[in-house]
Amino acid sequence: MTPSSRPVSRRGLLTGGALAAGGTLVGAAAVAATRGDASAPASTPAPGRVPVAALGEAIEPFHGERQAGVATEPQAHAAFVAFTLRPDTDRAALGRLLRLLSDDAARLTQGRPALADTEPELGLLPARLTVTFGFGPGLYAAAGLDERRPPSVVDLPPFSIDRLRPAWSGGDLLVQICADDPITVAHTQRVLIKDSRPFATVRWVQQGFRRAAGAEPGRTQRNLFGQLDGTANPKPGTPLETAVWVPAGPDWLRHGSTLVVRRISMNLETWDLLGRTDRELAIGRRLGTGAPLTGDAEHDEPDFAALGPDGLTVIPDFSHLTRAHVTDDRFRILRRPYNYDGVPTADGTADSGLIFASYQADIATQFLPIQRRLAERDLLNEWVTPIGSAVFAVPPGCPEGGWVGQQLLD
Amino acid sequence: MPTSLSHRLVRPAVLLTGVVLAVSVAGCGSSDDATTAAPSPSASAPASPSAEAGVLGIQDPWVKAADEGMTAAFGTLVNSSAADVTITGASTTVSPMELHEMAMKDGKMVMQAKAGGVVIKAGSEHKLEPGGDHLMLMNLAQPVRAGDELTFTLTFADGRTQTFTAVAKPFTGAQESYAPGHGEPMPHTSTSHSPAP
Repeated sequence: MTPSSRPVSRRGLLTGGALAAGGTLVGAAAVAATRGDASAPASTPAPGRVPVAALGEAIEPFHGERQAGVATEPQAHAAFVAFTLRPDTDRAALGRLLRLLSDDAARLTQGRPALADTEPELGLLPARLTVTFGFGPGLYAAAGLDERRPPSVVDLPPFSIDRLRPAWSGGDLLVQICADDPITVAHTQRVLIKDSRPFATVRWVQQGFRRAAGAEPGRTQRNLFGQLDGTANPKPGTPLETAVWVPAGPDWLRHGSTLVVRRISMNLETWDLLGRTDRELAIGRRLGTGAPLTGDAEHDEPDFAALGPDGLTVIPDFSHLTRAHVTDDRFRILRRPYNYDGVPTADGTADSGLIFASYQADIATQFLPIQRRLAERDLLNEWVTPIGSAVFAVPPGCPEGGWVGQQLLD
Repeated sequence: MPTSLSHRLVRPAVLLTGVVLAVSVAGCGSSDDATTAAPSPSASAPASPSAEAGVLGIQDPWVKAADEGMTAAFGTLVNSSAADVTITGASTTVSPMELHEMAMKDGKMVMQAKAGGVVIKAGSEHKLEPGGDHLMLMNLAQPVRAGDELTFTLTFADGRTQTFTAVAKPFTGAQESYAPGHGEPMPHTSTSHSPAP
């Protein structure tokens, strides 16, 4: 999914935000265009308005067979917001909730203020905003539709490396909000939380970032250990299609996916104790290029059999690369992580890490085998600790006029 | 035009005493079922219903969710015709309604019944919004829940009517004081109200 190059018309927004709702926009715009008086403010150019860069006006589609924010080129900023449904939120209430949230998302992603937006000016620059919905196991239970839950969408089995905290774990409903502008993310988060209040409470929020939009076009993201993170992602096209999307099944599953969100605390203090060589051995890749220790470029195939002068494999079998390596696209996962960087303690100890977000068609056959191998024997475990974990089904997208979850709940 | 509106009356037909009445309420059922008819939460329409073709274009209509008491409906009214249009009344099944405006009274903004109705000039738009003109639901017979879709009927000065659907949004803003006109008793004991969020 590439962002539309169609710029948002600021002037159009002034009327469009207030007026646009389906086919009557043309008539309304005509009204504004044929008049020049104060009752049609849109026809009056705003004197001295600030020009807007393409970055701010870039639009990602909201409506479609599949939700945006999955295969979408990752934006610079993200907020993952998990909700706990209130006890009386049943199937009908979920329908009302998701109609409201889908409408908010449909408007804000296209650069229009939400309905009843109390800060409409904050809704005018989408900056590639996407809002992606995930359904936790509790949502299916609340709707009385447990038989429709994708079987792999259950709490992950415990791993010995886990130190999970309830404050970062679980959730009945997730919204993943991503945009290249942090104010857009903040405003969208505020709008969605306000509309969720009658139905749900906020369980956790994880806010993260990558490089600024456009700073390193096409570059794999770097985590706060300095590693390239996501090199092994399935390539766009058939590999990604195969890995991420559910190809068949009932209409509440087809064109859907699953999402695992893990909060990974990264211990920068002990990582500091390592030299560069040890860091590269732990990951199995060069820090600068991301190339495997047996190659020159990031996407070179690693040679796990290559031996060094000491007779040992060049890429240690305990390296992260070795343990996470998958060759068959059907078993790959799409990593779409964001960094987090909390407030250090008084003595300067960092609170940094990764919001690890992984999309795959099936958690059990794709994510879990990788996770098991990493938990068993990944040297990186010395410096990273999973402190939160949540799983969600990613329902299909919705057409214009529809809402996310309609196939499941209506 | 009405200069005196009672706040205790429950039926639009009575509410609009003194104006041209057209309470046939075309196409939206009986407006007399004020205490029994329910909103339609299960409607499959999107949460941003637009109005059917009618006298006015009604864009982005919404109503403030509330458990009881008063609440209000908002939206942008677009008159693309060559003649002014005057709304003289509004009705819905869950509450008696009035047309309200905000006005300065004793140095502060209060809301009050809008004498003469709401006029939308030819080829113009008119916003019904918190802090401005709005369609007031005076006394809910049942909660208006977030995400519910309510059908409203507008009555115009020439007797025509138009229905539209508005979605209920959680909204805590616009907690204006209410100034009933002309010494009419209030439906509630307080002169300010803050409909449930």
